[in-house]
Amino acid sequence: AGASVAALLPVASSAQEAVDAIIAEFTGGAEMGAEGLTLTTPEIAENGNTVPVEVDAPGAASILVLASGNPTPKVATFTFGPMAGAQFASTRIRLAGTQDVVAIAKMQDGSFVRASREVKVTIGGCGG
Amino acid sequence: GNWGRLAAQQSLTQDQLLDFDTYGNVTLIHVTDIHGQLKPIWFREPEINIGMGEYRGQVPHITGADFRRAYGIEDQSRSHYALTYDDFQALGQAYGKMGGLDRVATVVNQIRAARPDALLLDGGDTWHGSYTCYQTQGQDMVNAMNKLRPDAMTFHWEFTLGSDRVREIVGDLPFAALGANVFDAEWDEPAEDFAPFKMFETGGVKVAVIGQAFPYMPIANPGWMFPEYSFGIREERMQAVVDEVRTAGAELVVCLSHNGFDVDKKMASRVDGIDVILSGHTHDALPEPALVGETIIVASGSNGKFVSRVDLDVRDGRMMGFRHKLIPIFSDVIAPDADMAASIDAERAPFANQLGEVIGTVADDTLLYRRGNFNGSWDDLICQALIEERDADISLSPGVRWGPSLMPGENITREDIWNVTSMTYGKAYRTEMTGEFIHTVMEDVADNLCNADPYYQQGGDMVRVGGMGYRIEVDQPIGSRITDMTLLSTGEAIDPAKSYQVAGWASVNPDTEGPQIWDVVESYIARQGTVSVPPNTSVSVVSG
Amino acid sequence: MVDTATPRVRVPRDATAGEIIEIKTLISHDMESGQRRNGDGDLIPRSIINRFTCDFNGQNVIDVAMEPAISTNPFFEFMAIVPESGTFVFTWYDDDGDVYTDSKDITVT
Ligand SMILES: [Mn+2]
Ligand SMILES: [Mn+2]
Repeated sequence: AGASVAALLPVASSAQEAVDAIIAEFTGGAEMGAEGLTLTTPEIAENGNTVPVEVDAPGAASILVLASGNPTPKVATFTFGPMAGAQFASTRIRLAGTQDVVAIAKMQDGSFVRASREVKVTIGGCGG
Repeated sequence: GNWGRLAAQQSLTQDQLLDFDTYGNVTLIHVTDIHGQLKPIWFREPEINIGMGEYRGQVPHITGADFRRAYGIEDQSRSHYALTYDDFQALGQAYGKMGGLDRVATVVNQIRAARPDALLLDGGDTWHGSYTCYQTQGQDMVNAMNKLRPDAMTFHWEFTLGSDRVREIVGDLPFAALGANVFDAEWDEPAEDFAPFKMFETGGVKVAVIGQAFPYMPIANPGWMFPEYSFGIREERMQAVVDEVRTAGAELVVCLSHNGFDVDKKMASRVDGIDVILSGHTHDALPEPALVGETIIVASGSNGKFVSRVDLDVRDGRMMGFRHKLIPIFSDVIAPDADMAASIDAERAPFANQLGEVIGTVADDTLLYRRGNFNGSWDDLICQALIEERDADISLSPGVRWGPSLMPGENITREDIWNVTSMTYGKAYRTEMTGEFIHTVMEDVADNLCNADPYYQQGGDMVRVGGMGYRIEVDQPIGSRITDMTLLSTGEAIDPAKSYQVAGWASVNPDTEGPQIWDVVESYIARQGTVSVPPNTSVSVVSG
Repeated sequence: MVDTATPRVRVPRDATAGEIIEIKTLISHDMESGQRRNGDGDLIPRSIINRFTCDFNGQNVIDVAMEPAISTNPFFEFMAIVPESGTFVFTWYDDDGDVYTDSKDITVT
């Protein structure tokens, strides 16, 4: 523990509408499946300013990544071209507190798949 | 009453203590979390060690008499003294101090006499935790451990020496520096300075030892001291390395881990193919390995108090059976290894005057200890020193598990103070915090202890608080655990909108200003002369 | 940002025909989010890289639309298929109109 500056607790659900709107824009309101998109994140972010996020959705045309608890939830959209060797991408993102990272893949057949993972952003502390 | 029986039991000999019927074809020797302790010490085990979710009531989350019942340990026995907290003063007088790396050397040598190619594995938190370790930037421990000739080690507090110093030491280590989860932060690739595993050939068996460094390094400790590295549990990486060593012919897979015990249990349930996890970080000492699926998890205590020996029968690429002993290092029973004792004395000699200076005395009504989930008396003393020496309303002290105990009536030397405060970021800050922010800090740290999923815990304990009482309901979600925050000096509730003067130490921020914590504590103890710490009644813990 | 936006790219030097290879890219850039305040309490204007693309011999591998939540010094890792020898071209598009590029050749055997 200590006098770290940024207090980071779960963000209230007030941003939920913004998240829903971004998802609706991407999916056109279509149903989303739960299988076929792997979202990999650390359990606890080592640094909330640079959190590794990896998406992998075989057969996807594009993948949208959202930080559901950020003031501006949209993070990135990956669109895969003909020379993509896999529908896979990894990047590093900013998270303003503990929250769910959400990814939605648009598959080549026009269907959608959703995955979500909680990432804990902590002030930090001490230990053994 | 018990004294006659205690005296009789003291006749234990070194041969009896180390007696072991050598078994199978492979022997592992595990030491971990020595925290710079070269000499015998007092070390009281925890009274409160709360397990969360499915881990509640499971080892190591049972203490005292419950622990003794679980392992069939007789009350007032040596094992009672070594493994549980109660009657610590009386049992300590009967059974003496524990640890000392010269005694550890005797034990290791004796095991090697029975099994010359036994593998000695150090779980880390080795180059930290004492006056001499701080002054030599870990060199005293490196020199002493090199004499012990480990085969491999992994890491946690070592990184708080700074990554340049760590690389300098690791570059010269005559044994393997392992960390499968130590990654280059920039390119997200395994860091070249730390091998993921080392393959050994022992007893005709190919043994792979995989290292797992402390996963939450840049969170629990200052990340700016080692910015090139990223850690994490990295389950998929562990599985990939296990698969790699199996493919390369490993017949026994050992994970030398600094995950902490519950994280190791969860990892064992999710990664296939690990035979033995040698567990560190959470400082638990268990008389028997825990079994998760087909993986055994061995916990070997801390501060030099214990050595684990595990003999294994490995045939046809499989672990067919094991025999295990948690060897308590009773310093009055085990003869010091003369060679190691001389080296330790040589390491300490340049600092003898500083180490031995008596600063004060422990009052007859006070045992100084830490190690539980909440404030110990050492923590209360440090918190009180911060309030008085730094003129603060409230003080915060990190929830660490290292640091020996001191008996009632004993002198407090400078070495004793450094044993519970020494670190490379020990400056005692003083700052204003609103009541709301203090609550946020408390909730955040509480979640690192109380999250039901061990992967979301950091394996430390609750921040220790001085000048303020509170109530914690451990089973509530984050944000709702901490209530009834009260300023002890006035008895008033903490006002979320009001600012308070808060003193603390061990901040992970790079720009922390203030005197070193050991100077603050020394000044306080010197003014007190005799230090009495009243029982802490200001933290109310609700669980279950 | 021209002075500081230095791209770095890791691509294997060679591959076999049809192999799927891993590519990693980094570019030094503050990625000013537009949500931070300066010492006077005023918002610091947004200035980010808003798009990244990778093409191989003129055909697209990946096209990333980037928001301010992408961290300082943007990092991307992705996969490409290489049917023939050729050149990867990497392009970063800055809010201020600057475009940064890098390229790497790969030999397919
Ligand atoms: Mn430790
Ligand atoms: Mn540790």
